[in-house]
Amino acid sequence: MAILCGRETKLLIQGVGRMGTYHAQLSLDYGTRVVGGVAPGKGGSRVLDLPVFDTVREAVAETGADASAIFVPPAGAADAVLEAADAGLAVAVCVTEHIPVLDMLEAKTALRGSRTRLVGPNCPGIVVPEQCRLGIMPAAITKPGPVGVVSRSGTLTYEAVDQLSRLGIGQSTCLGIGGDPIIGTTFIDALELFEADPETRAVVLIGEIGGSAEEEAAEFIRSEMKTPVAAFIAGQKAPPGKRMGHAGAIIAGGKGKASDKIAALERAGIAVAPSPAEIGRTLVEHVPSLRS
Amino acid sequence: MNVHEYQAKELLRSYGVAVPQGRLATTPAEAEKAARALAADVVVVKAQVHAGGRGKAGGIKLARSPAEAKQAASDILGMTLRTHQTGAEGKVVRKVYVEAGCDIDRELYLGIVLDRSAEKLAVIASTQGGVDIEEVADKSPDKILTAHIDPRVGLKPYQIRQVGFGLGLDAEQVRKLEVFLGGLYRLITEKDGSLAEINPLVVTRQGELLALDCKLNFDDNALARHPDVRSLRDPEEEDPRERDAAELGLSYVGLDGDIGCMVNGAGLAMATMDMIDVCGGRPANFLDVGGGTDREKVASAFKLILRDPNVKAILVNIFGGIVRCDLIAEGIVAAARELRVSVPLVVRLQGTNSAEGRAILETSGLALTPAETLAEAGEKAVAAARGA
Repeated sequence: MAILCGRETKLLIQGVGRMGTYHAQLSLDYGTRVVGGVAPGKGGSRVLDLPVFDTVREAVAETGADASAIFVPPAGAADAVLEAADAGLAVAVCVTEHIPVLDMLEAKTALRGSRTRLVGPNCPGIVVPEQCRLGIMPAAITKPGPVGVVSRSGTLTYEAVDQLSRLGIGQSTCLGIGGDPIIGTTFIDALELFEADPETRAVVLIGEIGGSAEEEAAEFIRSEMKTPVAAFIAGQKAPPGKRMGHAGAIIAGGKGKASDKIAALERAGIAVAPSPAEIGRTLVEHVPSLRS
Repeated sequence: MNVHEYQAKELLRSYGVAVPQGRLATTPAEAEKAARALAADVVVVKAQVHAGGRGKAGGIKLARSPAEAKQAASDILGMTLRTHQTGAEGKVVRKVYVEAGCDIDRELYLGIVLDRSAEKLAVIASTQGGVDIEEVADKSPDKILTAHIDPRVGLKPYQIRQVGFGLGLDAEQVRKLEVFLGGLYRLITEKDGSLAEINPLVVTRQGELLALDCKLNFDDNALARHPDVRSLRDPEEEDPRERDAAELGLSYVGLDGDIGCMVNGAGLAMATMDMIDVCGGRPANFLDVGGGTDREKVASAFKLILRDPNVKAILVNIFGGIVRCDLIAEGIVAAARELRVSVPLVVRLQGTNSAEGRAILETSGLALTPAETLAEAGEKAVAAARGA
């Protein structure tokens, strides 16, 4: 088992431009059931020998799709998220970066109570090793196993997954939740899913400076989780007031510092890796049973 | 994106938010003329730079006559203002704003910010105006009033009344606050503001509300749909390297260490800085070359890093997911040759096609130091910077 998606997931690609098409191909190559694309005005055409539809509703009616990966440019991306929710998809992964915050605020509010779980935006998506790939992650570095990985970052997630795989420890699901200030699935949402997943025996959480999602996650782990968690927080040397690449990675008004997040995690009994090179080792030392 | 105080006040005025009368001046003579036109007993001459703390640094002066305003402007224009927000290098003042003084009865704080945890915009208000709001929040959180705004219904009058009466305003002033705060909220939502801070919001002896100082930030990701806001950008106020990086599609933040960093992805770029720190070195910069990295971007990134004279070694850390390491390797070799990079170069390529990438580096004839793991890359970069 895994969280959010699996072998049966039927994936749509919203936005079949160069990047959407390229990643649709990689997902197909990985064995994901990609069933079609959505591009307004291109309905009836084909991409990668898959049908393209004008609307998500139409695509769902024709293909039975239950998930989408969104590659729509920033100006229309929040709208694409809302369209995915309107069509009742179970999961929508929004890869798009640079979506205006107020657009996401509106979309996130509208999504409350809907059955659609948004992942991202500004995220690498989801890989369930040897089952499916939604988004842009390099699936080849993953390996099936008992560890859930959840992260605000892209390439740092790959680094962590790679460390685990090299130690011979596989992953139940690798999930990038995105580097924006307002995101769909939060750390807590992901942790809740991992806690409920019988195959996930440990979790790696990768946070970074900005906001207080890690502090909130620490509290959730302390009070609600039995599954052990190891963590790393990026940006310990980041200067205040500067946006470090991600829109959400900024220490503002003395809030969002790595040191505060690490302290909160450690108080909650979470093993925090002292360096980004030791994420895998920290988890193994924290959960020795993973070795067997 | 930040804007100047005079630009922010112009925007506030257009949304019905009360601000003192004022005029921009770039010379002492203009400042004198502005003071005369304002016909106030007292005018305030304020340095226009993108940083707070101007008053303490000598960037704000009172003047009781047009001649005094001229003198104040002559003192301020051209000065290098150093405040807690400018860094040690400070900022050169090129413009002053000459503003009519007012009779201050009370100084309050009023802001609209994004509350990330609540996933809502929030109005923040306090009776402790004119001081750092973070300090107030730390020392006396009970003095902070907050109203969260549901994006589906917007800021409602009852919320403004709660804030207004909470600030100790009388009924007449609360009615004025409805116009004032209502306008501020419309400005934020219509122009994609990411922060509005009126500090202080002044209650005059005549009972008027006035935005005495204000700070507005706008969402960079929304500037495309607001050409009017975009036109307010002042490139002089931006760090030249950060500005050039942004134009090249790179994300760069200058730091004060001596190891230049080139990394793909923001999280890994921060982690690379952390790795250097763990190994006992100091990073010279944060640099994310982004996902669609090609030869040109790698070359631009090297140029940017090498503009910093403190750089004694460069660490390239690429985790090839979508980016192919062999293409990156070709870019590194081409750029290193073209730019005659003379500082030691430590390169770590991992992920997609990393073996091919490493082979390209090895056969290039360049004196590169390869590294396999993140830890090894950090150690080698620190050693290289020490040896240089």
